[in-house]
Amino acid sequence: MKQISRRGLLRTGMAAGVLAATGVPTLAQSRGGTLRLGLAGANTSDSWDGRTHSDTYMIVCAMGAVFDCLTEIAANGELVGELAESWEATADAKTWIFNLRQGVTFHNGAAFTADDVIASLNLHVAEGSQSAAAPIVAAITEMTKLGDYQVQFVLEAGNADFPFLLSDYHLLMYPHGSIEEAIANGIGTGLYRNVSFDPGVRTVLQRVDGHYKDGQAGWFDSIEVIAINDGSARMTALMTGQVDAVNNVVFQTEPLMRANPAIEVMDVTGNQHYSFPMLTNLSPLDNVNVRQALKYAVDRQELVDKVLQGHGAVANDHPIGPANQYYFAELEQNSYDPDRAKAMLQAAGLDGLNIDLSVSDAAFAGAVDAGLLYQAKAADCGININVVQEAADGYWSNVWLKKPWCASYWSGRVTEDWMFTLGYQTGAAWNDTNWENERFQSLLLEARAELDSAKRREMYYEMQMLCSQEGGVVIPMYANFVTANSTKLSHPETVGNVYDLDSNRIAERWWMA
Amino acid sequence: MSTVLRIILQRLALGLLTLVIVSIVIFAAVNSLPGDFAQAILGQAATPEAVAAIRTQIGLDDPPVTRYMLWLYGAVQGDLGISFAQANFTTFTGSSNNVTVADQIAPRFANTMFLAGVTAAIAVPLAVTLGILAALYRNSVFDRAANIFTLSSISSPEFFVAYVLILFLAVLNPILPSLSNIYADMAMGARLKATLLPALTLTLVVTAHMMRMTRAAIINLLASPYIEMARLKGISPLRVILRHALPNALAPIINVIALNLAYLITGVVVVEVVFVYPGIGQLFVDSVKIRDIPVVQACCLIFAAAYILLNLTADILSILSNPRLRHPK
Repeated sequence: MKQISRRGLLRTGMAAGVLAATGVPTLAQSRGGTLRLGLAGANTSDSWDGRTHSDTYMIVCAMGAVFDCLTEIAANGELVGELAESWEATADAKTWIFNLRQGVTFHNGAAFTADDVIASLNLHVAEGSQSAAAPIVAAITEMTKLGDYQVQFVLEAGNADFPFLLSDYHLLMYPHGSIEEAIANGIGTGLYRNVSFDPGVRTVLQRVDGHYKDGQAGWFDSIEVIAINDGSARMTALMTGQVDAVNNVVFQTEPLMRANPAIEVMDVTGNQHYSFPMLTNLSPLDNVNVRQALKYAVDRQELVDKVLQGHGAVANDHPIGPANQYYFAELEQNSYDPDRAKAMLQAAGLDGLNIDLSVSDAAFAGAVDAGLLYQAKAADCGININVVQEAADGYWSNVWLKKPWCASYWSGRVTEDWMFTLGYQTGAAWNDTNWENERFQSLLLEARAELDSAKRREMYYEMQMLCSQEGGVVIPMYANFVTANSTKLSHPETVGNVYDLDSNRIAERWWMA
Repeated sequence: MSTVLRIILQRLALGLLTLVIVSIVIFAAVNSLPGDFAQAILGQAATPEAVAAIRTQIGLDDPPVTRYMLWLYGAVQGDLGISFAQANFTTFTGSSNNVTVADQIAPRFANTMFLAGVTAAIAVPLAVTLGILAALYRNSVFDRAANIFTLSSISSPEFFVAYVLILFLAVLNPILPSLSNIYADMAMGARLKATLLPALTLTLVVTAHMMRMTRAAIINLLASPYIEMARLKGISPLRVILRHALPNALAPIINVIALNLAYLITGVVVVEVVFVYPGIGQLFVDSVKIRDIPVVQACCLIFAAAYILLNLTADILSILSNPRLRHPK
């Protein structure tokens, strides 16, 4: 390992600061170096099968380095082609034609064609597959190869977001005919090829020569991803320079990192949010006034300051976040207001309210504290919240979707439709509020098939408003993705906010300073 | 010698019985933890259908007694089964793979043994030397300092000792890496360097016990008449201890060394997690977290077997080093 003196680091760090202040662009990307990542979220059962991916470690390695999807969400939130070059839809958004990039080869030398697209997507609906992306592929009724580099998809119902959905990290492209081998050895079309992969321990990747992203991405010569699930060990590894970047910064050590000139802490607000869903089919939560009283009884800023220690933003009781296209930032903010809360209770015909709130740190780190803070503030609104601390084990099976009011979290989704469909459509398996609103449900279907961006914006704004005012969930805060990296690394000015570490594409987009 | 052989066989048989009892206790304990593998692995996505599907696939539907008997039936034939995570993964992907629990554990166990070996190579000579010197200069400043130092390091929790070492040897003076992520094709030098911090932590944890026992055993003997005799002959104090006291004090010392070696295999969980050392302890923690009973069982059996075998070795060695025990009345 190359030893670097702290003095040297300080100098380069200061130089970068001076350049930034004088306005000279510091974005001169150069090839070279090894990126060493220390990531949480690794398991001994990890594999190169995209259908099983659910945590940062494997997503950074697979979607972020070894494999490609058809489309990619750029750092600024715009949808760009990855293995697809362009796409078009019929007016009803039901039939989509994708033109594929030509001259792309897999790491085993096979050429990438339309057959690979069809075979890779079919993996998700194969017998026995439990892929989280199965609903996306199941909505495709027909996949036709129009040519070696052209595929047509017919959907069961119009979906204007379809190209967005294809950027999902589960939907990786594998070489057809040798998919088993590709899953076993990690053979994709990405910028980096798999050199060694020890599940739950360590992954080493090597830059591919001659790649279609040359000059735009993929600046490192090699990538080493080390599994460090223990928080303190991860922070120490960065502080001692054994890794260049870490995810899930431990808040207790964050001030130390900020004080260290060789380390940069990144605080990115995305769609991840913490919530308190209510089962709106049960009394008294079936009364919209009661729900509103509860929304006015929480001090959101206090939760952001104390539970997230400032690493978050106040949310407005709907699940759409700043990383979404049609986020309604100007929507009237629900905020702490004891008088309004009391008025709402009166409107519901109640003098006061006694209610149980089930919490556990399994829902999100600090959920119990959040419940207690909520309780203290709600007391002044005539609401007596009884905080019930539930067992962390089996929380999602025994408490969530079962108890009338509990703590929960959502990582958010890149499209409004996806988020609402997953957690808010009537009958959805993960609908955690059972909130019935005719207007909301009809808007959901209407917006899905609408290709006109302005009209969609209007509809999604209205849905966010309905959800915020009448919906069955208190969403007090967005939780930031907090990562830290050595100043030896350089990154573009805009960093992706769909997931942590530049939307998990740090290996492609960052470079050595 | 035949008595020794009989003792060994007797103890091995008892050891096997202990292993079976341990496996029953572990099985019952993991089963009585709230939540099971299906719920743990699915997390928020645990819809009743998905939980039921996974339970059926990996056989969690069977009553616990049946599952234990099936596992035992395999285990006596040397088949420790397939971990739940792998079994679930196989059905998940629709592909077949043959990664058994044994395959998963083998490289991790080798790493743990490597760490234990490095630690033993440092700790045992260090502890015995310190013990002898402490006996030699007993009640001196050196004796007290050695005692205070080793006792305070054994009294602190392992993770605390680990963090103190990281602070001094990795953060303030970047001599050693704080991350011990060794891997298969690592060069021996780099491997040793990466292993040094966890090995030092474990050394600090086990030294006190061995050192105190060495010191006590030797001091105990120093009051005996034959030592008095040796002294009267005018032999130097060091020679008295090395030639006359130590051989007779070996039995208790060997016993305590063996116990501590067993601890190096079974007690490394916390240290491995702190240093991200890919050994069996880390695998154990990961598996308990997701209630992966086959892996937990296998790890516990290894831990229990290590204790039983090292205890047996200790007993045999102390019998061999003590003629009185070799010929019981």
